[in-house]
Amino acid sequence: MIFYIVAFALVITMCLALVRAVRGPGLYDRVLAVNMMGTKTVLLLAVIAYIMGRPDYIDLALAYALINFIGVFAVLEFFRTRESQLALTSSTTQSGQEKALDEQGGQS
Amino acid sequence: MDAWSNVVEIISIVFMAIGAFFIFVGGVGALRMPDFYTRMHAASLTDSAGPIFILIGLILHTDSFLVAIKLFTVLVFILITGPTASNALASAALLAGNKPSLAVKQTTAE
Repeated sequence: MIFYIVAFALVITMCLALVRAVRGPGLYDRVLAVNMMGTKTVLLLAVIAYIMGRPDYIDLALAYALINFIGVFAVLEFFRTRESQLALTSSTTQSGQEKALDEQGGQS
Repeated sequence: MDAWSNVVEIISIVFMAIGAFFIFVGGVGALRMPDFYTRMHAASLTDSAGPIFILIGLILHTDSFLVAIKLFTVLVFILITGPTASNALASAALLAGNKPSLAVKQTTAE
């Protein structure tokens, strides 16, 4: 009985995280909701192993925990390098424009 | 012996109920908090406090030693990876210029 209560709470929380992932303003709210969803999936697999009486599902939970960690880190590193590259290119173009303006001013 | 197994059963049920409560509260907080960083606080609550209670309750509920070891390994992995992912997410959001709105209000009030 307690397993069904825990599984119900996990499914409700996954639905709330899904609402946050759909509604969330911006990129990082969505990454946060996906990360939450992965942890809840690991717990739900462990609880379902007890409900169905099959302890094989705990191996799936173990594998899913590792895959979820690697996935979230890959996404975060991708967006981090993209943000830093965007900042770098915008600063270089600004300095290039300033250089061009300075050269024009010197020539005129 | 029978009384002892009953006590362990009751402790396991109480742990799983506390874990389900933490998971549900964290989900509601991640949906209703006003700021990104406060939402991340609620979500990392479900990443740390909920799995501790639920998985310890499941470990106390089982008889098999192998299942207990596997569940303990899952718990160790979640406890290592959850705060690390939260830290990386917060630093990436802060690097992208996502300011915490409540801290801005506090600095303007001072």
